Amino acid sequence: MNGAQAVLESLKKEGVEVVFGYPGGAVLTLYDAVYKMKFPHILTRHEQGAVHAADGYARATGKVGVVFATSGPGATNLITGISTASMDSVPLVCITGQVANPYIGKDSFQEADVCGITTPITKHNYLVKKAKDLPRVLKEAFFIARTGRPGPVVIDVAKDVFDTEIDYKYPEKVSLKGYSGEYEGDEAEVDAVVRAIQKAKKPLIFTGGGVNTSDTAQELREIVQRLGVPVTTTLLGIGTYPADGEGFLGMAGMHGSYGSNMAIQECDLLLCIGMRFSDRVTGKVAAFAPHAKIVHFELDAAEVNKNVEADLRVLGDLRWSLPLLRDKLSKAADDFRSRFAPWLEQAVARAKEKPFGYLEEGELIKPGALISKISSLMPRDTIAVTDVGQHQMWAAQFFNVYEPRHFLTSGGQGTMGYGLPAALGAKLGKPDSPVVLFTGDGSIMMNCQEFATIADNDIDLKVVILHNSILGMVAQWQRLFYSHHYSQSELKGKTDFVKLSEAMGVKGYRLTKKEELETVLPKLLSEKGPMLIDVMVPEDEDVLPMVPGGKRLDQMVLGGKD
Amino acid sequence: MQKYLLAILVDNKPGVLTHVSGLISRRAFNIESISAGYTEEPEVTRINIVVSVESDRELDQVVTQLSKLIDVIKIVNLTKLPSIARELVLIKIKAGKESRADIKNIVEIFRAKIVDISPENVVVELTGQQSKIDGFIDMFADYEIIEIARTGAIALSRGPVPVKEM
Repeated sequence: MNGAQAVLESLKKEGVEVVFGYPGGAVLTLYDAVYKMKFPHILTRHEQGAVHAADGYARATGKVGVVFATSGPGATNLITGISTASMDSVPLVCITGQVANPYIGKDSFQEADVCGITTPITKHNYLVKKAKDLPRVLKEAFFIARTGRPGPVVIDVAKDVFDTEIDYKYPEKVSLKGYSGEYEGDEAEVDAVVRAIQKAKKPLIFTGGGVNTSDTAQELREIVQRLGVPVTTTLLGIGTYPADGEGFLGMAGMHGSYGSNMAIQECDLLLCIGMRFSDRVTGKVAAFAPHAKIVHFELDAAEVNKNVEADLRVLGDLRWSLPLLRDKLSKAADDFRSRFAPWLEQAVARAKEKPFGYLEEGELIKPGALISKISSLMPRDTIAVTDVGQHQMWAAQFFNVYEPRHFLTSGGQGTMGYGLPAALGAKLGKPDSPVVLFTGDGSIMMNCQEFATIADNDIDLKVVILHNSILGMVAQWQRLFYSHHYSQSELKGKTDFVKLSEAMGVKGYRLTKKEELETVLPKLLSEKGPMLIDVMVPEDEDVLPMVPGGKRLDQMVLGGKD
Repeated sequence: MQKYLLAILVDNKPGVLTHVSGLISRRAFNIESISAGYTEEPEVTRINIVVSVESDRELDQVVTQLSKLIDVIKIVNLTKLPSIARELVLIKIKAGKESRADIKNIVEIFRAKIVDISPENVVVELTGQQSKIDGFIDMFADYEIIEIARTGAIALSRGPVPVKEM
């Protein structure tokens, strides 16, 4: 078989169900193999759409997302998506075409140094110049992408490699000198945590995206159940603990809940699980959790002590450490629940005192009201996807997520335009789960071409635009820190999103009045098929609470119902 | 700021040195010197790197971040071990008839070598610890140095155990 067929054969062996991509000159032979082998492929309308779709698919399913793109501009259009996946530890394999071997390094037509460009944003990358290397490289790429701390891997393949005939044999094992993909740690570190819990009076569990990535939410929940302690999450940790679970305080950080941020500042033991202390979570680092012994459960040694110094660490895969901790706690002769009950009660009461809220004034639908309403109307297993901006934070605050991998958002990179393609990828990966996308009138324009992909493949998802005619988060900062100078953030244009989506084959509706939340919205959400709902919301609504940059978590600007 | 000498064993593949140096610079760590060469195993390259960092914590970051690279096989901090570090310098100095004898004197005292000579200049070579090389260069302050090429430090630990088995 030729190199192109070898690529697809390898994908089959890795269990790849669908590829997202866009053809072009350097990958014509690859696409010819797609045609001949009838390989499932989703044609997006932009390579950035393809990579975000693969990302959404990977986050929703836990499988590796796969992307094809041609050389040069095709490959460079993947960069934002690769970087997004890299920041949030999402497993991707991106196969890009490179110009043919004799043309490499000559500034040939559609040539770009893809390995050079993607080095800082990939877990690993390859330039394949010999067809015989393809099976080994594919095997390694999938292994690297999905094991350890997952991440994107790029395979850049010279055009003539796809045409070259090889004796195909897929390796059974991977042999990499510097990488094992296994991370069992030191049991003594878990014992130290058990002792710390036994000494603590006010322990708090802080879960991150790592719990989603490692599919250990069940173990986490059992640990919480055994201890009876309050729980908070990072943005990417949403869903690791159910929104209505005992002791759940909501998301923490810059736009986190009052209950969570105050609990972090008060607790005496902070069990941080699979998170990396982003600046959006810590506030002023020097004053983060000032009374707490910080315990860091982490797979990636480079994350320990990177941003926040940990007092105790448990280095290793959560699939190893969390069951071990659960078992050790269940054997420990300690009635944790009754010992921590006063603290749990206090933390929960404080969170209930000041929940996320909004003022019910004005004519327009309030973002908080809209998302709460959708949350109550959608089934419990709905996957919520967001773009980036105010709507993202409102979704994190007001949409109730109950299961892991059910809240998909670009956390680390904060990529506007992520949402629409990621939502379509999620729906393809999880066809039985309802999918709703929350986006803004700024974000949606960044990859709106993917309405065409959704329509052509009849991908059933609900796109909700929180339409405030302004770049909401930019405007919020301009309001607070730049004397209301709305420099280039106003979007009072002539774009009609309903017409835009309808032009591409997706039904569109617009909601402008509060009562439509009760009268129209339930009917729309119960309809089958892809749909855009353009909801007009106030332009001057702030996301609150807010911890201004460089401030302590307990120096929140409150608001809402206060 | 403190300097540390790290021995990094990596796969002998194109682009690995770029991965290593790129990672260090984009994480805002400071590279004093970097050199790479073949080892006793043809598929392994040894990169010798001197980094200057503010604290042990920052050094840990350098090591753990580099360890994440798939092509990195092993990293050993030689600063913590009894080891021998050397660098090589070549110095081209302006030297007419009148100064040649003086230069030859300095070269002999430092056990350096004159490796090239022309009517107008000499090229001298010295291998040694960084401080010796610094001292040697200082001695030519009164002469006109035309150019200097230094390798940066390479090092081996003392005793029979190689880095790959540490």
